[in-house]
Amino acid sequence: MQWLLDLTPDEWNAVRLSIRVAVVATVFSLPPGIVIALLLARGRFWGKSLLNGLVHLPLILPPVVTGYLLLLTFGRRGPVGALLDQYFGIVFSFRWTGAALACGIMGFPLMVRAIRLSIEAVDRRLEAAAGTLGASPAWVFGTITLPLILPGVIAGMILCFAKAMGEFGATITFVSNIPGETQTLPSAIYTFTQVPGGDEGALRLTIISIVIAMGALVASEVLARRAGRRLEVE
Amino acid sequence: MSLSVDISHRLGAFTLEAAFESSGRLTALFGPSGSGKTTLVNLIGGLLRPERGAISCDGRVLVDTASGVFVPKHKRRIGYVFQDARLFPHMTVDQNLRYGRFFAPPTERTGSTADVVDLLGIGHLLDRGPGSLSGGEKQRVAIGRALLASPKLILMDEPLASLDERRKAEIMPYIERLRDETGIPIVYVSHSIAEVARLATDMVVLDAGKVAAAGTAADLLQRLDLLPDEERDEGGAVFEMQVKSRDEAFGMSLLTSPVGEIHVAELDAETGTTVRVRIRARDIMVATERPRGISALNVLPGRIAALGTGTGPFADVTIDCNGQEIAARITRQSAATLGLTLGMAVFAVVKSVTFDRRNTARTAAGASLPRGTTSNPLVS
Repeated sequence: MQWLLDLTPDEWNAVRLSIRVAVVATVFSLPPGIVIALLLARGRFWGKSLLNGLVHLPLILPPVVTGYLLLLTFGRRGPVGALLDQYFGIVFSFRWTGAALACGIMGFPLMVRAIRLSIEAVDRRLEAAAGTLGASPAWVFGTITLPLILPGVIAGMILCFAKAMGEFGATITFVSNIPGETQTLPSAIYTFTQVPGGDEGALRLTIISIVIAMGALVASEVLARRAGRRLEVE
Repeated sequence: MSLSVDISHRLGAFTLEAAFESSGRLTALFGPSGSGKTTLVNLIGGLLRPERGAISCDGRVLVDTASGVFVPKHKRRIGYVFQDARLFPHMTVDQNLRYGRFFAPPTERTGSTADVVDLLGIGHLLDRGPGSLSGGEKQRVAIGRALLASPKLILMDEPLASLDERRKAEIMPYIERLRDETGIPIVYVSHSIAEVARLATDMVVLDAGKVAAAGTAADLLQRLDLLPDEERDEGGAVFEMQVKSRDEAFGMSLLTSPVGEIHVAELDAETGTTVRVRIRARDIMVATERPRGISALNVLPGRIAALGTGTGPFADVTIDCNGQEIAARITRQSAATLGLTLGMAVFAVVKSVTFDRRNTARTAAGASLPRGTTSNPLVS
């Protein structure tokens, strides 16, 4: 068993980096995820199907294509990347932040889908009732809608986190595979499989991936059940 | 309080065009399904925006399409009790009750949570979740929640429709107390004459999106022609009567009012209190001379004030008893056999057993006082 815990510094870095990238991707996706889900579930505006298609695009496109598009847009010489670098000093290309961006974009459609479904399931008559009791639309959202969609929000976050943990194609295309900076678990496993004698390391990281994925799944079940417990009685 | 409505609103093929004013303590919006009652309360509550027209309450304009005024529902301060209680499933009963209170300006909060909980008898439910409540309990909590938001007007959209007879009977007294003790005017949607006769002071009859009649409940309930076919059997006179004496040996109470004296069985009210009595038109026999040797205890002398025969098998006879009108429904054959004519002296005969719990109701002290002078313990 010792071999399983005996990680090299590079392997540790990959584990830590992967978790950091996935957490950052999930947390930063959440606010726009809820807004877009609300727009798609309830908005009536021109270009709604266009927005819907755009959000879901990363789900359908080959990840390498998404990664390449990110490189073109957010690369140092890309239109958005150059602006961000010049005015805010934010650089995505070949940094872990770029990995988080790529993972966030790839996980975004999954998150939006889960939240959107839960918003569509909310009984709007409850919101109307809250309105007659004096709650402004913002209060209605905070005290009625948000608590009611919480299980869906948690499910969306876990899906996004899991997708981010496993993201490979877009990440490696956009930010490459630099140990300690952009080498996440999947990239590290891929690297091990490309060198002779790398089997042991690949297996170690694979088992760690499975443990993290299972942990996230169990955590989401517990959280969703706790959030949904009081809703089920109705 | 006065509520003034003059709106027109189209929903698909249905057009609601309603104009009425009411200053009653409990105004019933009465009409068959699809007559526009719910649309009308949704317009008053601000859940719908009318295509044209204006609604104002106590001089405060809630909506006026001519001047572009539309007060959103959360600023109207109008409590709404829905047919389905709509309690928030993620909150306890206590949290549900306090929800609207939180949004009411502190200086305008009326009543106290303890009083309302007491009024509605829901003290034992406070820690429970809405999912574990019975239909009647849910509806009581919903009434309390609306009440605690300190509304200036309460709308009730068939709050009893989804409940069985027992649960209805369980809630009615609470609505009566609400009407008599809080002083907050109520607009009550119903298609049941029994509910309207028991609760309403005023009445607006809707039919196919139009106001067929508006006035006091006592007047309109006598107009059998206004009632839908399936409810016509329930129509009749409504009187407020004083309990004059009680006869414990027979379990009877003697009620009195200008219309005459009536014996009622099994009435749970003290001597001196005021009760509301409904005499269904079909429960009245008409006699041309004072009957003898008959089990019916109530014989009210009067004169025929109106006679509606028409071509159907029934005749509607309006009998004037000391200035109070009683509607009686008999067959056209009887009317012909007795030779009833306008102005004829007749006797209205009513069996005491026709007064069941559904058409005798207690009204609180002061309920029959002129409007606006009702004692008001909850709003003190």
